[in-house]
Amino acid sequence: MVNLKYSPHIPHYVDVIETGDLTKYYGEFLAVDHISFRVKKGEIFGFLGPNGAGKTTTIRMLTGILKPSEGWIRIFGLNMTKDILRIKENIGVVPEMANPYIDLTAMQNLFLMGKLYGMRKGEISERGEELLHLFGIYDKKDKKVCSFSKGLRQRLSLAMALLSDPELLFLDEPTSGLDVMSARLIKRIIREENRRGKTIFMSTHNMNDANELCNRIAIINHGKIVAIDTPEKIKSMSKEHTVIEVSFEPFKFKPEDFTYGEKIEIAGDKVRIHTRCPDDVIKEIMHYAEKNKLKVVSLTTRTPTLEEAFVYLVGDESE
Amino acid sequence: MRVNEAISQLKRSFAIAKKDMLIFYLKGPVIIMGLLFPLFMFAAFLIGRNLPSRELFVVLLSMTVFFTSTAVGPTIIPWEARSKTFERLLSTPISITTVLLGDMQASFYFGLLISLAISLSAIYLSVSINILLFLIALVLGLLCFSSLTILMSSYPPTDVPADVMMLSSLVKFSLLFISGIFVPLSKLPEYGKILSYLSPLTYFVDSLRWAIGSGGYFSIWLDFVMLLFFTLLFLFGGIAVHKRVLERRFR
Repeated sequence: MVNLKYSPHIPHYVDVIETGDLTKYYGEFLAVDHISFRVKKGEIFGFLGPNGAGKTTTIRMLTGILKPSEGWIRIFGLNMTKDILRIKENIGVVPEMANPYIDLTAMQNLFLMGKLYGMRKGEISERGEELLHLFGIYDKKDKKVCSFSKGLRQRLSLAMALLSDPELLFLDEPTSGLDVMSARLIKRIIREENRRGKTIFMSTHNMNDANELCNRIAIINHGKIVAIDTPEKIKSMSKEHTVIEVSFEPFKFKPEDFTYGEKIEIAGDKVRIHTRCPDDVIKEIMHYAEKNKLKVVSLTTRTPTLEEAFVYLVGDESE
Repeated sequence: MRVNEAISQLKRSFAIAKKDMLIFYLKGPVIIMGLLFPLFMFAAFLIGRNLPSRELFVVLLSMTVFFTSTAVGPTIIPWEARSKTFERLLSTPISITTVLLGDMQASFYFGLLISLAISLSAIYLSVSINILLFLIALVLGLLCFSSLTILMSSYPPTDVPADVMMLSSLVKFSLLFISGIFVPLSKLPEYGKILSYLSPLTYFVDSLRWAIGSGGYFSIWLDFVMLLFFTLLFLFGGIAVHKRVLERRFR
C-alpha cells in the first residue's frame, strides 16, 4: 500500500460525519429540511429515499459542493465552512452520474485525480496500477474512456475516488444501472474498503444493496429524515408482520395455548404465526415443544423486506 | 500556511490546464474558431488591398492572439457541466478559483504557442521587432484575453456550450470592429474612439504597433497598464460571477 504522506493531521474524532439542522433552499423550494444525523467511524451508512427526496443535495453539501442555507456540518471533527480543503483532502467522492473524462485514457484520468489531490507521480503510478488491477481494468489503462461500457466507467470512477486512499467515501448510487458483474465487484470492493477501516456514506435506490451492505440506514423523504436505524430495525417499522412458520413431530398444535401472535394459521403440517414480536413467539414455540415433548422439524421466519418498510415509511405514491 | 496552500492550489491548477489542453484543444470547434477563422478573416482583409507589411503583421498577429486565446475558454465549464465531470472536479481538494485559473492557463498556453509560431511571419514580411516590448505585449495580451474567457464562461450558468459560444462570438466580433485593427484609431470618428477605449483589444493592437516601431495612439505604458487592468477586472469579475451562480449549475 502506498504511504500517503501528504494527508494532513486531523483531530481525534468518533463521528466521522455530524450534521445539525442541515437545510437547503433552492430559491423558494425547500430541498433539505433541517436534518441532523451522525455517521460513526467505520460504518457503511446508507441514505435512501425516492427521487427528489434530497439525497443528492445532502451529499453535495457533505462534499462541500453546495453550501447549506442553514445548519452545520462537521467531518472528521472539522468545520466544513472553515476547513473545506482539509476535509476534501481526506474524502473520495463518486458523484451521481459522474463520468470520468471520456477523451482521456483510464490512466490519464487517474493521473489527473492524483495531481488534484497533491500526490506525486510515482505514488499515482503505483496506486493507480494497483487499483486498475483491483477493478479488473488494467488491460484497458491506455484506452480512452469513450470506448468503456457504463460498468467499466463506474469501476474507473470508483478507482479515481479511492486513489488518494481517503478515510471517508461518498458514493451516490454506486451500482445504479450496472451489469451484474460490475455491481457485484463494486459491492465486494465497498465491503473490503470498509473492512480496511474506511467509512462509507452511500445513497442508493437498491434495497438489496442497502440491506446487504449497510450498518445503518437513513430514509429521507421530502427533505426530512423519516427513519434512521439498522436495516433490521427499519424492517420492523413496516406495517407487515414477521411470519414464523413451524412444524412439529408428531404434529400437535392448540392455538389457544399461544398468547403471542396476531394471527395464527394452520397449513398442512405447519403453523404460521404472524407477529410483531418474533422473539416472544419463538421462545413460546420452544417452550410449547418442550412441554409437549414435540420435536421441532423446521422453524423459519420471514421478516418484512426493507422495500416493504421503505414503502410504508415514505408512502406508496403509485397507490 | 496560507502561502503554502496558495502554492499547492497553483500547482493543482497546472493539472487542470493540462487536462484542458488534452481534451479540448483538438476538438473541431476549437480548431475552426481558434485557427482557421482568424486566418480566413485575415485573408478577407488582405485580398484586394496593397497594405504595408507592418500593418499586415499587426492585423495577423492581433487576430491570432485574440481568437486563439478565446477559442475554448468560454465553453470549458458548460462542457464539463454537460458531461458531468464538473461536480467531480469540485469534490476534489481544489477551489473553484483553482479550476478557473487552470482553464485560464490552458487558454494562455494555447494562444502563446500559436502566436509565437505566427510571429515568425515577421521574418517573411521583413518586419523588425523590439523583442522585449513585443514579448511584454504578447504576454499581457494573452493574459487579458484568457481572463476574458473566465468572464464569458460565467454567465449564463448553462450546460449548453453552444449558448456560451454564441454569446462569446457576439462579444468577440463587437470588440474586433471597435479596436483599431482594420481602421487605425486616429482615423476613427469621435464616437468610435470613445467605444474603442472600452475594448482591451485596442490597447493590445496599440502596443503591437509600438513593438514594431510604427508608433501607437496611446503611450506604451498606458497600453500595458490598461491590459493589466482589464486582466484583473475580467479575472476577479469572472471568479465572482462564477461563485455567485455556481449552485445554479447543480439544480
